[in-house]
Amino acid sequence: MKIMKLIRRQNSDLWNWPPLEQLSTLGAEINRLFDAPFGEFTRHMELLNGRMPVLDVYEDKDNLIVKAELPGMKREEIDISFHDGTLTISGERKYDEKNEGAETYRAERFFGKFHRTLTLPKPVQSDKAKATYQNGILTVTLPKTEEAKPKQIQVNVN
Amino acid sequence: MTTVTKTENRATSTNETGAEARGYFVPQVNIVETKDSFVLEAEMPGVNKDGLEVLLEGNELTIVGRRQTGVPGAEPVYRESSPRDFRREFVLDPSIDTAKISATIEQGVLTVTLPKAEKAKPRKIEVSG
Repeated sequence: MKIMKLIRRQNSDLWNWPPLEQLSTLGAEINRLFDAPFGEFTRHMELLNGRMPVLDVYEDKDNLIVKAELPGMKREEIDISFHDGTLTISGERKYDEKNEGAETYRAERFFGKFHRTLTLPKPVQSDKAKATYQNGILTVTLPKTEEAKPKQIQVNVN
Repeated sequence: MTTVTKTENRATSTNETGAEARGYFVPQVNIVETKDSFVLEAEMPGVNKDGLEVLLEGNELTIVGRRQTGVPGAEPVYRESSPRDFRREFVLDPSIDTAKISATIEQGVLTVTLPKAEKAKPRKIEVSG
């Protein structure tokens, strides 16, 4: 039996770069001051700690492709919705119960609710969207509307 | 270097900075200890079994994940993810039986199970007489 825990649950030391932490608090203060809950500062901090999944957007001839880093989820725990040109990815990463009761030495991974909204740069046919989840990456493929697709114009040279 | 031990948790982050300086992305990890083993989980989104390397040298464990980035035939419009491969090194607790380490990866989370040597496991000692 352990008399005392030698190690407490702690946050990542990856981000213990002092300025970053101070900025985070400062950022929160500034946002509170100006009543801007989603300021850039907060956004960056949330990207770092996993509260907002990291996103990439790609484009090919026919589609916009959004990729989100969501390691260690179950498919059914991820919600994707689309409203008025805005894509929302949300869900909750649940703490693995098999580790419940174990002693934690390091807790850098983020558990809890996450939410990310993205305004798409081009109009898409949201009813034809497809999503896959593989290797911890969610990929949402959104076909562009006909108007948004590049058109080739034939020019006849006489 | 991160230690997988109870006595020395406050990591000497020199090696982590080193990994970053060498062009790697340091994955976020959780480490827990159960009765029989230490369990290490590392987030490596975009890495599959083929891109993964778990190396053991003496009491040093190195995890490397090569990620597949991008979308074939598509142009990036906006990008937040790092293209860097993952790497992190750990010093293992002497109680770990390095011959019995096992690893799996599922949906971008690597789980390394580090069983404790029999002699290190807690046991009850019968009192005789």
